[in-house]
Amino acid sequence: MGERYRIIIAKPGLDGHDRGAKVVARALRDGGHEVIYTGLRRTAEQIVRTAMDEDAKFVGLSSLSGAHEHLFPKICQLLRESGLGDVIVFGGGIIPEGDRSALYSSGVRAIFGPGTTSSEILDFVKVASMRNCGVGSEDSWHWGD
Amino acid sequence: MARQLSAIENGDLSSQLEGDGLVIAITGPPGIGKSCLIDCLLHKLTPEHKIAVLAVDPSSSISGGALLGDRVRMSVLDDDSKSESIFVRSIATRSSSGSVPSIVQSLANHLLGNGFEIVFVETVGAGQSEMRCAAISDRIIVVEGPARGDGVQAEKAGLLELADLIVVNKCDLDGADKVVNDLTMSLTITEEKTPISKVSALTGEGIDDLAKSVLKIPVRLSSKRARFREQLFMAHESKITQNPDLDSILDRMSQEELGVEEALRRLYE
Repeated sequence: MGERYRIIIAKPGLDGHDRGAKVVARALRDGGHEVIYTGLRRTAEQIVRTAMDEDAKFVGLSSLSGAHEHLFPKICQLLRESGLGDVIVFGGGIIPEGDRSALYSSGVRAIFGPGTTSSEILDFVKVASMRNCGVGSEDSWHWGD
Repeated sequence: MARQLSAIENGDLSSQLEGDGLVIAITGPPGIGKSCLIDCLLHKLTPEHKIAVLAVDPSSSISGGALLGDRVRMSVLDDDSKSESIFVRSIATRSSSGSVPSIVQSLANHLLGNGFEIVFVETVGAGQSEMRCAAISDRIIVVEGPARGDGVQAEKAGLLELADLIVVNKCDLDGADKVVNDLTMSLTITEEKTPISKVSALTGEGIDDLAKSVLKIPVRLSSKRARFREQLFMAHESKITQNPDLDSILDRMSQEELGVEEALRRLYE
């Protein structure tokens, strides 16, 4: 079994659909990780506080509402400001292709859309943890680069 | 502090801190409302008191992973005015059996040493004989509710005997009065009567009184011996789970190369 990480799965903003987030949480659990699910409609501040208190290595953000352009970069920024620059952020949901490069440059290291396999997400966790590519790092790498 | 807790949990740091606050275990069957009750209590007791919660959920014995979902119920975390006085941490049981891993005791002491007055330990939703929480806590609250079987359940030995306080939750539902009656009848025979609170985390009924009494639950002498018994078992178990050869011994056992007696002998070598 590989290294075990603490991973937050969060639903930022006004978005009531969490089937996808729960499936990802379950896949990570079955991959041997400790997953903390935040529940629906969390603010950026709440998610960052959760990452801090739970001492998470990863934060996964799920959004299907279209607010990702605003919320994902805000969470990355707040993480950096809170001294959590080593936390690795990834996202998923309905994220149009054209929005992705802006999210990558804000610090998000992977975007997983519909059809992603659970083994791909587990592979990302393994690779990203070895690169130490937290939101505060200079590394411009992202998954699928 | 969150990072120190991880280091303690991973066995990389042993905390020397101790405080004089209370560690209160909250236990009871799954879905009975342990998380919601803690949420209600936090709403009432903070920010006047500084309170930490260690919420334990089970790890998979197959993958070693865990889904920790107790935070979802904590609406009190949405209140910014309380954020300085509350700390919530989710804990996976990892390799320990039972509803509370032994490391929780060190984590709780570390929190008390960091100025928290009360640490609530929310156990895995557990059954009748889950006494492990006795080993790590100063007081035990057992949460019960309606529609959980007949009056004979209240007469059974086990966890209820160790409770310093019994809370019957969901009193807005039919049948709660009957549960309180059954429990009261059962407890009248014992010498040291355990107090019973009837509350509803949903409507808020009884929560004010509960919040007041939680801070001064008297300790019951009869549970002291049981506490030490559980501490002994816990120490015994952690000797086994911390043995580096455990994995290889389990592999050999599953290939039927080793029997239980022989395995135990090797683990204690």
